[in-house]
Amino acid sequence: MSDTNPNTAQATHTIQLTLKAGQHDGDGQRVAEAAARHLGLATGRVRSAALYTVRYPLSETQLRDFATRCLADPVLHDVRLNELTGAAEFATYILVARRPGVTDDEGTSAQNALADLLNEPLDVHTQHIFSKKLYLLENDLPETDLRRIAEELLGNKLINWLEVGRVADGIRDYTPRPGGGAEAITEVVSLTGLSGAELLQLSKENIYALNLEEMRAVRDYFAAVETQEERKSAGLPADPTDCELEIIAQTWSEHCKHKEFAAVINYKDTETGEEKQIDSLFKTYIKNATSEVDRQLRANGNDWLIKVFSDNAGAVRINPDSLFVWKVETHNSPSAIDPYGGAITGILGNNRDPLATGIGGARLLFNTNVLCFGNPEFDGQLLTGQLHPRRILEGVRKGIEDGGNKSGVPTVNGAIVFDDRYAGKPLVYCGTGAVMPMQFAGLDSWEKKIDAGDRIIMAGGRVGKDGIHGATFSSIELDETAPATAVQIGSPITQKLAMDFLLLAARRGLLKCSTDNGAGGLSSSVGELAGISGGAVVELERVPLKYPGLRPWEIFVSESQERFTLVVEPGKMAEITALGQEMEVELTDIGYFTSDGFLDVRFDGAPVARLNMEFLHEGVPRKILEAEWTKPAAAEPEIPTATDYTETLTQLLGSLNICSRESVIRQYDHEVKGRTIVKPLMGATGQAPQDAAVVRFNFESWEGVAVSNGILPRYGDLDAYDMSAGSFDEAVRQIIAVGGKLPNLTPGDGIFWSVNDNFCVPDSVYDPASNPDGKQKLAKLVRMCEALRDATAAYCIPLTSGKDSMKNDFKADGVKISVPPTVLYSMTAKMEDVRRAVTSDFKQADDVVYLLGETHDELGGSEFYALHGQFGANVPKVDFAKAKALYTLIGQANDQNLIQSCHDLSDGGLAVALAETTFGYGYGAMVELPETGLPLATQLFSESHSRFLATVAPEDVVAFEQLLGERATRLGIVTADGELTVRHAGKTVISANTTALRAAWTNGPVNHLLGVFSNDNLSHSNSL
Amino acid sequence: MVQDSAQGAHKVQLEAQADASGSAGTVRALILTGFGINCEEEFAAAYRLAGADATIVHLNQVLHGQVSIHDFDVLNFPGGFSFGDDLGSGVVLANKLRYRQTSTDGRTLLDDIKQFIADGKFVLGICNGFQVLVKLGLLPNLGGDVTPEVTLTHNASGRYEDRWVTLRVNPASNTPFLKGIDKLEVPVRHGEGRLVIPNDATRAAIEAAGLNCLSYIDANGDGTSEYPHNPNGADLNCAGLTDPTGQVFGLMPHPEAFLAAYNHPDWARRRRQNPGASEEGEGLQIFKNIVAHITQKSASAAPAVQLANQN
Repeated sequence: MSDTNPNTAQATHTIQLTLKAGQHDGDGQRVAEAAARHLGLATGRVRSAALYTVRYPLSETQLRDFATRCLADPVLHDVRLNELTGAAEFATYILVARRPGVTDDEGTSAQNALADLLNEPLDVHTQHIFSKKLYLLENDLPETDLRRIAEELLGNKLINWLEVGRVADGIRDYTPRPGGGAEAITEVVSLTGLSGAELLQLSKENIYALNLEEMRAVRDYFAAVETQEERKSAGLPADPTDCELEIIAQTWSEHCKHKEFAAVINYKDTETGEEKQIDSLFKTYIKNATSEVDRQLRANGNDWLIKVFSDNAGAVRINPDSLFVWKVETHNSPSAIDPYGGAITGILGNNRDPLATGIGGARLLFNTNVLCFGNPEFDGQLLTGQLHPRRILEGVRKGIEDGGNKSGVPTVNGAIVFDDRYAGKPLVYCGTGAVMPMQFAGLDSWEKKIDAGDRIIMAGGRVGKDGIHGATFSSIELDETAPATAVQIGSPITQKLAMDFLLLAARRGLLKCSTDNGAGGLSSSVGELAGISGGAVVELERVPLKYPGLRPWEIFVSESQERFTLVVEPGKMAEITALGQEMEVELTDIGYFTSDGFLDVRFDGAPVARLNMEFLHEGVPRKILEAEWTKPAAAEPEIPTATDYTETLTQLLGSLNICSRESVIRQYDHEVKGRTIVKPLMGATGQAPQDAAVVRFNFESWEGVAVSNGILPRYGDLDAYDMSAGSFDEAVRQIIAVGGKLPNLTPGDGIFWSVNDNFCVPDSVYDPASNPDGKQKLAKLVRMCEALRDATAAYCIPLTSGKDSMKNDFKADGVKISVPPTVLYSMTAKMEDVRRAVTSDFKQADDVVYLLGETHDELGGSEFYALHGQFGANVPKVDFAKAKALYTLIGQANDQNLIQSCHDLSDGGLAVALAETTFGYGYGAMVELPETGLPLATQLFSESHSRFLATVAPEDVVAFEQLLGERATRLGIVTADGELTVRHAGKTVISANTTALRAAWTNGPVNHLLGVFSNDNLSHSNSL
Repeated sequence: MVQDSAQGAHKVQLEAQADASGSAGTVRALILTGFGINCEEEFAAAYRLAGADATIVHLNQVLHGQVSIHDFDVLNFPGGFSFGDDLGSGVVLANKLRYRQTSTDGRTLLDDIKQFIADGKFVLGICNGFQVLVKLGLLPNLGGDVTPEVTLTHNASGRYEDRWVTLRVNPASNTPFLKGIDKLEVPVRHGEGRLVIPNDATRAAIEAAGLNCLSYIDANGDGTSEYPHNPNGADLNCAGLTDPTGQVFGLMPHPEAFLAAYNHPDWARRRRQNPGASEEGEGLQIFKNIVAHITQKSASAAPAVQLANQN
């Protein structure tokens, strides 16, 4: 595909931009620094250049005008035309191009500029301009080193074409071949007479990710007399087509069908001897629990729960005019093989869920993200195909930056968890909140209605091979042979255009409904929508492609990004088409809905697939799984008692899981839209970490929403029930800390809560050879779900949507790295008045400091033990009744404005919370720990749940203590001197300057790794 | 293609504006959006809170002649990532305004904007909008021929950053947008905000005319080149520019993101210190200034109408 054909080469021009002498080449400098720092390679000076290959007929003058007026900045750049040359002082080069069909937003932008310059209607959906980067290196590095720099720092060989070599040998260029039609070949796959082993082999080779029983069900469907007759009369071959098997594989994938959450599970507790059968985890623990919560809510006049578990996102009512829509998803597998592409498609894909809930056209309000990585300072040997955790961290961070910032959606909240077991597959959770009017053009906005005859419209980007098999691929463990086509790069600008279009189309009543094209592409989106009307006909030859050579089945299951499937009544086609043209969003009519019970796919009239909808959606065999719980052996360690814990606290503040994430946070725009009231970092210093974000809905009222995340995977090693219960409680108490209130405390108070659960677990299906501890893993999942049910019932907080990711294992070179069973609870709750939000940092000297809640001997799994290389046994447990009583009282205290600051206690316990609350302004605190019978270290570092550190103004102390009673322990006062002093039994046990503590926290490994340092003890030039 | 929830209401509003255009009515602000611009909602909120009418329109509506900028008093370029900013911030949008012909006589939107300014009207660009005005040459426009004279490029840190900064207004600046403001706290949210002035002569001319209207200052109140108080390493520590008339104003930071006191990172402590303080954010003053200026200007230009209204 390289550009050697003389016929096309004639029309090809190359424009090279280099920085003028004296202009700072930041890009080049960063490559040199990164090569030295991460790869130990000395490149000498590195000079960067931007290249644009133009495959469009241009005169010499037009080319020069385009280069100098549109592409070059007259202050910064020198321009070279049609020469690909180095410079005398540089010995080697690296050229980074893109593989065919890979999103090239820079090329698209250049094409827009060319169309404007020429005043020609240059079709921007066909690629004429290809952007590339050229790096010239001073040192004469061998090719292997150049390749390392190219592949590990500059590009990803799955998506980039990388050329390296000596400048003296000539710089090799590469340009992919654009445009073109499909390859109209549909093959037939015979299942008749295949043995079990052969069926499984077929499933593996084609990445169907179906097990033997499922393959047999497919075979039996096609062999049935009824099917045979129908196929004959419809002109289909007797055997299934490639497209049909792909559709079934995608629809039945774990990713889309949640087969393990729907399975029958035989559960055994070896300790108690209890045995039970669970008829679907989802139904038993999630759906039924939420139904019960809804019943209690409605009985109390709280009827704000509008849509749960049945659409792309859950919806709750804010007020009579608007709905809040909330969705959190994961994008783990793609992020493991291409961190940037995986994360950006994760966040953009998750944005499309609330955008395409109900009719579609919600207005996005905010994003959140929670990330789990291996240790970024890992210095061991990587497995084949495994990316370094640091590279995954940096790529994912950049993907979220571009995905959020370029869409104009603030990233208001997040968390990063480090554990070596995430070094194979990272976890990338993306959340999006949105607001939708209750009605669009007189119709209920949250409803999805479709009738036979409605048109199927594909809107947004074009289709390529990118993302083929994403749905099935994410449903299996990763290994070194991960397919390149499973990677996609998102284009936030393409999606922004589609989003602007959708907002308007919905408000004008042009949309009947819409859905997102995510995992499984058209197959999934049309397949699901067709379930509403009872069938669909899709004409694949109409689908616009990025490049030639796609077969019909590939077009149907491709996961090319930024696409929506719209349902439009025939009478509204003209108006919506005109709007699409005006807003430069490509709309393609690709077929229509029917009610005949079949999903019917054609190419140029020839049958490609015709599947019975009932079989497709209901025909997957139920799994029966085994779970067996054995309590892990664990013991409390002996850690020598110290007399001074100042150094311990300092070390904890600088530890990987506690230290500041400021370098990450500041690269996300957390306040675009101007509505963010509580940001991730607050205070005069901008360095006080907060518990939950608070965002107001609009500029006309002070109503808003609090957003939090609970995730505590390490406790799962002691007991998955307590881990899940603790995670749920963590998210609840974060919202209580910022001034939120529990739901349903008063009749008809309308305080909505909307929660998403996201389970990410390792392969939990028992297999004596490949997964011998599968029963224990599944038992952990069961226990996590039991805790979820109990928490939901205790707090009366409903789940509204969720997701499970079941195969988070990475296998290579005979080694398997499995994530610890992990659950994230992403919570949102209505704030009646955001002006009454409470932030975590101390507000004024002489305010009285209280510990709220009970501390227990619960150092198991704590950061304090981790610091000593121990794990312990006493995992923190949640007492839901006590927690609810405390949270209710805190809500009442906030009603009376009694609380000046409130910080929830989590990693590192009371000591870390005390330090963090001083970070906002430089206050100190004088604290005396009570005699409770607990050892000092336990009081300081236990991570018992449902606790807060709060301050109260001196004049409010009486009222506060009367209200909270024994639930509040008076610890001391806020001081102006910037010294944190903690005393116990008449002795000073912590004595530290809070600026020094903040520096320890700020200069922790995360900021250090990403190159941001505290100003307090480093000169400014270092950070520039 | 008016981008607001109440589409119908806005159509009515547009018609109402056309009717009211001859009277001493409300100040009319036009806010452009589309193609990756993403701060239009808070921009419109700022004008509404300042007492003006704010109309958000898609750029294509203006390019295709459905909306005329001349029906408005102040033209606004919000922040965002126009066309993804892939060729350099604001470049593609500036290019479109300069070259895309909006009618058969070869007229471009830039021609209209020049006319708009010549008519004594106002142009405001924030962040990406500022970048557009600079890349177009509307700022600083020392030569008066709308040719790029300076540029905005990658921050010295090499990173996009969201952080709050403090700005000081240049007392020599003549722009009505900044009248009466001495200092201002605002968030910056950009990766390409470093002002580069290519030569000493241009630098001297900008300073002599007081066009460098805003500078980043440190804790002592002094202009600074030091990170993070100066978040991008801008020449002259400069955060914003005007043209010599003061009618065209652009800045990297986001005053429209500080409309309420509760946007400030330290709001909770400050309100504890001073519970009676205004609930308005400091950023709103810029919008109140220009609305007041235009109102006053039209009042003095048409005293008869004003009197008639008061009666």
